[in-house]
Amino acid sequence: MNQAATVRTLQERITQMQPLRLGDDALPTPPELRDLLPGGALRRGSATIVSGSLQLSLALVSAASASGAWCGAIGLPEFGAEAAAELGVALDRFVLVPDPGPHTISIAGTLSEVLTVLILRPSSQVRSQDAERLAARLRDHGAALVVLGQWPKAESTLRVTGSRWGGLGRGHGMLLTHELTVRSDDRRGPRHHTVVFRDGRLSGALPRVGAS
Amino acid sequence: MSERAERVIVLWVPDWPVHAYLSEHEEAGSIAEHLTLALIAQHQVVACSQAARLAGVRTGLREREARSRCPDLEVHPHDPEVDVRRFAPVLAAIEQTIPGVEPLRPGLCAMRARGPARYFGSEEAAAATLIARMVELGFPESRVGIASGRFAAEQATRAFEADPGVDIPSPGVRIVRTEHTAAFLGPLSVARAASLDFADVLARLGIRTLGALAALPEDAVRQRFGSAGIVAHRRARGLGAAHAAEVRLRDPEIELSIDCAFEPPLDGADQLAFACSSSAEAFTRGLIEHGLVCTELRVELTDDIGIRHDRTWAHPSHFTTSDVVNRVRWQAATVPRDPDRGGSGIAEVRLTPIRTAHAASHEPGLWNTAPDERVHHHLSRVQSLVGHEGVGTGELTGGRLTAERQRLVPWGTRAETRRAPRSRVRLRDGPWPGRITGALPNTVFTQELGAELSDALGAPVRPTEDDVLASHPARLSIDGKHLTAAIEAWSAPWPLHERWWAGGRAGYRIQVLLEDGDAWLLRYEHGDSCQPHGPDTGTQDAPGSGRGPSGALDRASRRVSGREAAREIQPTGRWLVEAHYA
Repeated sequence: MNQAATVRTLQERITQMQPLRLGDDALPTPPELRDLLPGGALRRGSATIVSGSLQLSLALVSAASASGAWCGAIGLPEFGAEAAAELGVALDRFVLVPDPGPHTISIAGTLSEVLTVLILRPSSQVRSQDAERLAARLRDHGAALVVLGQWPKAESTLRVTGSRWGGLGRGHGMLLTHELTVRSDDRRGPRHHTVVFRDGRLSGALPRVGAS
Repeated sequence: MSERAERVIVLWVPDWPVHAYLSEHEEAGSIAEHLTLALIAQHQVVACSQAARLAGVRTGLREREARSRCPDLEVHPHDPEVDVRRFAPVLAAIEQTIPGVEPLRPGLCAMRARGPARYFGSEEAAAATLIARMVELGFPESRVGIASGRFAAEQATRAFEADPGVDIPSPGVRIVRTEHTAAFLGPLSVARAASLDFADVLARLGIRTLGALAALPEDAVRQRFGSAGIVAHRRARGLGAAHAAEVRLRDPEIELSIDCAFEPPLDGADQLAFACSSSAEAFTRGLIEHGLVCTELRVELTDDIGIRHDRTWAHPSHFTTSDVVNRVRWQAATVPRDPDRGGSGIAEVRLTPIRTAHAASHEPGLWNTAPDERVHHHLSRVQSLVGHEGVGTGELTGGRLTAERQRLVPWGTRAETRRAPRSRVRLRDGPWPGRITGALPNTVFTQELGAELSDALGAPVRPTEDDVLASHPARLSIDGKHLTAAIEAWSAPWPLHERWWAGGRAGYRIQVLLEDGDAWLLRYEHGDSCQPHGPDTGTQDAPGSGRGPSGALDRASRRVSGREAAREIQPTGRWLVEAHYA
């Protein structure tokens, strides 16, 4: 019995560690978000669609940014730097191109050569050949793309299906905790996850405090 | 006694303030034998001409006493700044004869003797050349003293022919050989080497000459008089400075700025940048020749009718040629174009290094952060697409509103200048009461975006004077569009008062959470609180309300239109969207 339990825990640990071993192309990913992504990490050369939450996309970037990689955001004129810093994004290595105008894709292509993770909000419908070309450059230079909006060929799609805030009442309190229900669509099939932010930071445990 | 001081040349122009005064006021005439002139500061004579000195006027004399000794004395106020300014070209001229000069004070400078003595053949020849140069400059009464150590050389310039140990090979030159130094310094008064108080103390102890001071054991002097005593003692013994170079040469001034003129004037930023590229190359090369790099650059663009646009650019590391060209291009692109004047363009470009650093401190290290170079290269490319301000990194600053707590720092702007105290950037370290805590919004609107809160009956919701909401908000519309989800929760209105003593911003902020989980941060901005009736009745302030006309103007501009003011009895104000929790 003791032996069986040991074998089981070891197997569990192996399965937990296996996705991380999959390739060298895994980027640092916050442990709370590993379940959301196929392979358990943000992968170099991949495109991920995040719809419904800028906070989630910044959280995806935060670990890579904090580990010293240069990251950036294109097409976010209303970028909240303070919230990003709270999530762990290193602002001095986070390049902002707030208003790329018609050059969105070409700027993304240029920056994909130096940035490790790129957040992109396309201003218009992206043609599939542009997306193909950008994907090739991403693979070449080992960058990951996080798209806020539509993208023709994404490895996975994270769609926020529910959002619940805690801490704010009817005329009192303030926003403290944020619980997102996220549906991920990738090669593993659709899955549902819960992501919790507390005081603007990723939090593992599910808080049930405060009025909701 | 091992550390004999090195040989030093001291050049002295007697009565320098008088010379400076006369060259400043040319109409006063050249210095004449008969001109009795004294310069006065705080009722004491600072300097006087030779004729005045013959009449009995001395430096340090009271003005009244000087006038009584020499009734036709011309008295003028002394301006030390003129002395320094007029001496600078003299120094530059001396530097052309003997490079490496230490200015001691206006009218007095020191040089190392070894190099000139070898170059001109002997110390005498060097001194004669120097005197000849000074005669050319119009100072025939200049004196040159050469001795071991700066102090002895300075004393030598004042020496008389009869003094022991002094050679006078040519007029105006006094040379004291190393072996004669002790004999020369010995009979001089201690007041030459020590401050007045200290010399007074020594004189009362019976030590009246430098020879007597030099005869004392060094330890005894140190124990009794400390560091001041040691300084005087070393001077008296003819020793050099204990821990420093005898002569500290000033850095020769070098011209690093570059001008280029264009005929005909150039219109268009790219054209100008291309035309400037060779000048930029010369600019950086000139710096490199002196082992320098430029870290802050001023670009002055002058157009054909003489209007100048200058701007100072800082660089995170240092300017390379292409960086300089880029700055010129960016600046030229921002020069306002006046449609009324045809054919205007840039006629002259001037590049001036404001701040330089040693090139050695900007060399990349062995383990340099190599990606930075690539990042810089690519971001510069993107900058050429979207403009200098279009690419940058975020920076956190101080403030209460979320939009004020951050700013975009354009790429290629140095960190230090961003924190200059005169800039509008406020320090983040302040407590900033009223800032948002808890969860922070990640979409911050910098442009005004109107919002409207309404209660279940559709009436607008506003904060009352008691800092509470007049009714429960139920619906939110943003920029005229009604959001479908009803309001689920909201915070108390948090009052916001900034610079209330100067008519600053006042209002409230509120967090609103919709049923679908959408959260917004709204700001209520007070309109004109005394505008209840009619479109035009309330434009003047109530007398004695203490509000200035500028405040009234400000409020009038912010006021909603007269029609709305007539409709609403409530104090007018409006909701704005400050940020969104996206």
